Amino acid sequence: MPRLLLFIPLTLFIALSFFLWKGLSIDPRELPSALIDKPFPEFEVAALLQPERILTKADFIGSPVLVNVWATWCPSCRQEHEQLLRIAQENKIAIIGLNYKDERAAAMNWLQELGNPYVFNIYDESGMLGLDLGVYGAPETYLLDAQGLIRYRHVGVVTGKTWQELQVMIQNLEGNP
Amino acid sequence: MMFRLFIIVLLSITSAYAAIETYEFKDKDKERRFHELSADMRCPKCQNQNLADSNAEIAQDLKQKIYQMLEADKSDMEIVDYMVARYGDFVLYEPRFNAQNAVLWLGPGALLLLGLMVVIWLTRSRHNKNAENAKQPPELDAKQQKQLQQVLNKDKKS
Repeated sequence: MPRLLLFIPLTLFIALSFFLWKGLSIDPRELPSALIDKPFPEFEVAALLQPERILTKADFIGSPVLVNVWATWCPSCRQEHEQLLRIAQENKIAIIGLNYKDERAAAMNWLQELGNPYVFNIYDESGMLGLDLGVYGAPETYLLDAQGLIRYRHVGVVTGKTWQELQVMIQNLEGNP
Repeated sequence: MMFRLFIIVLLSITSAYAAIETYEFKDKDKERRFHELSADMRCPKCQNQNLADSNAEIAQDLKQKIYQMLEADKSDMEIVDYMVARYGDFVLYEPRFNAQNAVLWLGPGALLLLGLMVVIWLTRSRHNKNAENAKQPPELDAKQQKQLQQVLNKDKKS
């Protein structure tokens, strides 16, 4: 029996190494949203392209949507724009833009130049809706279910791989609403 | 003259630097609380800085929010709750106790206790062993006793 006890340090070492090794593949910037499974915050903010139109949460309740936080000052947003356009073309889910702390003219110009994948854009100039949502930088993408609950938050560029993962989640949402 | 100019330039630089962010507080107590809160909260964007140190956009927004909430006479608790509701426990440099981090909160204490127990157990068992040894002096049989006596006697004679 005391012989077996001698293996305790080795076992502890292996366990520690496992945790450290696992830690290498964790991205510390990927924080889960504090709002997962909670409702999207209430808001009343003007639209980007039609400044006189006031958008509220009621504008996107009823079916799952993606809410994409973007800004013209954000280089990664340009990087993911192509992918967003592809997603919009596939027509499986509506993408709503949340234009975050941006200039209206620059943002309108961006959509004209690069194409517009968004059904509509919320113009969050002060960043207060972003703050309520727990946004800490662009780009971020949220998946909302038909009731307007936040189901998933993706931080960073939406890639083809992200889209595949999102599609699985969207199918699950539609399967058991 | 050059030296004077140099001093003036130097002074104007520092005043410009300090003006990056100023919040006017009428109440000294609120100012103290503002500094405490922004020093205890972590910037979500630049993760190894607190809000007070960080110049990231989001950190500025959050400081602005803290300022507004202080001016609206919110308590520290309400402000912290507001931030945690949006950014999670992550924003707190001293996270609250919950099921997920219970191991981290209780672990050190538990390990210390375990160590103490091991030390006590080891010293006790050693103590017992010594006591046992003291109680039972090695016994010699009759033949060995006789030999011992002979050796001792020999020493006396010579």
